[in-house]
Amino acid sequence: MKENLKNKILDILNENCQHTPAEIATMLGADESLVISAIDELEGDKIILGYKAMINWEKIVSDNVIALIELKVTPQRGEGFDKIADRIYKYPQVDTVYLMSGGFDLTVIINGKTMKEVAMFVAEKLAPMESVVSTATHFVLKKYKEQGVIFTDEEVDDRQVITL
Amino acid sequence: MTDFESLLSEKVKATKPSGIRKFFDIVAEMKDAISLGVGEPDFVTPWAIREAGIYSLERGNTHYTSNWGLAELRKEIANYLERRFSLKYEPKTDIMVTVGGSEAIDACIRALIDNGDEVLIPEPSFVCYSPCTVLAGGKPVPIVTRAEDEFRLTPEALKAAITPKTKLLILPYPNNPTGAVMTREDLEKIAAVIRDTNIIVLSDEIYSELTYGGTHVSIATLPGMFERTIVVNGFSKAYAMTGWRLGYAAGNPTIIKSMIKIHQFAIMSAPTTSQYAAIEALQSCDEDIERMKNEYNYRRRVMVDGFRKMGLECFEPRGAFYVFPSIKSTGMTSAEFCEKLLYSKKVAVIPGDAFGESGEGYIRASYCYSIKNIDIALERIAEFLKEI
Repeated sequence: MKENLKNKILDILNENCQHTPAEIATMLGADESLVISAIDELEGDKIILGYKAMINWEKIVSDNVIALIELKVTPQRGEGFDKIADRIYKYPQVDTVYLMSGGFDLTVIINGKTMKEVAMFVAEKLAPMESVVSTATHFVLKKYKEQGVIFTDEEVDDRQVITL
Repeated sequence: MTDFESLLSEKVKATKPSGIRKFFDIVAEMKDAISLGVGEPDFVTPWAIREAGIYSLERGNTHYTSNWGLAELRKEIANYLERRFSLKYEPKTDIMVTVGGSEAIDACIRALIDNGDEVLIPEPSFVCYSPCTVLAGGKPVPIVTRAEDEFRLTPEALKAAITPKTKLLILPYPNNPTGAVMTREDLEKIAAVIRDTNIIVLSDEIYSELTYGGTHVSIATLPGMFERTIVVNGFSKAYAMTGWRLGYAAGNPTIIKSMIKIHQFAIMSAPTTSQYAAIEALQSCDEDIERMKNEYNYRRRVMVDGFRKMGLECFEPRGAFYVFPSIKSTGMTSAEFCEKLLYSKKVAVIPGDAFGESGEGYIRASYCYSIKNIDIALERIAEFLKEI
C-alpha cells in the first residue's frame, strides 16, 4: 500500500516537483500526512535525490558547451569499472557518467564554457588516466528533447468552439 | 422578396440550437478568459497513431474504404471490445465504422424511429439525442436523473416513462455532463425492465475508457441484452482523436445493416486516413489510454475537492471528464451564474440546462485542462462566490 503510494508520488514529482504535499494528497485522494511521511522516507532513502528546474540554458547564456565523450577503459581487477568511474565523476565539470554495453565502456557528459576548455579537460584529465584506452569527443550542437521535455515545443490550445 | 425562413423544414425549425454553442460565442470574443468549457481531450493524439496516419498517406491509401470500414479495422475493433469489455461481435456483420460516435447515434436513431415513435433519453445528457430524434420524426421523452441517485437511471423512472410507443432507450453512460456511471447491478435492474419488451437500447459508451475506480460495464454483456443493444463507441475520447472523426457501432446485424443503408448514402465511408491510424491505436496504444486516464483522475480529484471547498455541493463523478457541481445555493439560475462568472472573472463553464431542463441549478466544468489552469480557474470561481 505504502510502496504503491510512493510510486504514485514519484510519478507526480517526476512530472512536476513543484506540487506541494497537499496538492499531491488531493490528486491521489490520500491523506496529506501520509504523503508528507512518504516523501520524507523517499528523501531519506536517497530515492529522491533533489529537486531541480529544467532550464534551457541556450536561451540565457551563449558560451555553454556540452560534450558527450565515449571512453574505452581497461577494467581493474577486483574493482571492475567502478573505480575508474569514481575517479571521473568526482570532477565537478563532469555532469553525467554511464557504464555502457557495446562498442565503448563509459559515456561521460561534460559542461564547459568553450570547446577548448572541454577539449583541454579531456586531453589533460581523462585521456592520461592509466586505464583509459581511448576517447572520442562529440559536441552537442542543439538540444531537441531532454528527460521527456521537448525544447522547441510551444503549447497552443487550438481547440475550437463546438457543440458538445 | 422570398421568406427563406418559411422554406425550411418544420423539423429543422423545431430543432433548437445548442445552448453550449451560444454561450461559447461570447467566450470566443473575450480575451484572456480561462475556459473549463471544452468537451474534448487537451492531449494531442499519441504520436504512434499520428505516424500511422501519415504513413498511410505516404503509401497512397487515399481512396474510399468499404462502406462498412476497413476489414482489418473492424477485426481490431472486435478484438478490442472483447479484450476491454468482454463484448463479442462478428467483425463482418456486427460492426460498422462511422464518422465519430455522433454519426453512429444519428444512424441508429434514424434506422429505428418512425413518425411518433418515442425515444427515452435520461437527462442531463449529451446534447444530440433529442435533436436527432426530432429530425428523425420521433418524440424525445426525457427521463430526469437526480443527484441523490448519483445521476443514474433508475428502473422506477424508466418504467414510468415507457409507453406502447417507446421504441428506443438511450443509455448515455459514463455520462456527459454529470460523470455518472452505471454499475453492473444498476444495469441489471434496467435490463430486467427492458428484456421482455421490444425496446432497443442505444448504449453510448464513448467514455467507456474513462472510468475511475471501476471498470466500465456494457449493458450488452448482460443476459438477453446483447441482441437488443447497439453499442456506440469511438476513438475521440479514449485516444484523444476528436479531430479524426472516427467512431463505430456494434450490435444486432439486422439493425447494423439498416444503419449501413443510411451511412452509405449520407457518408459513403469514414475517413480512410483515420481508419488506418485507428488500427494502430487499437493494436498498440492501451498504455496511452492508461497514461491519459491517470492524469484525468488527478485533475478530477483536484476539481471535486476545489468545488467542495468553495461550499458547492459536488457529486463525485466516476467517469468521463466533467464535474457537475450544484450552484443552487447561490440562488442564481445556471445561465445567470455562468454569464456573471464569465463577465466578472473571465472563467467559462457551461450552464447545466444546456444538457436538458433537469440540468438547471448545475454547471458543467471540464477537466481537460492542465492542473495549473484548473487551479487558476478554481481560485477565480472561489473569489466570485465570495463576492456575490
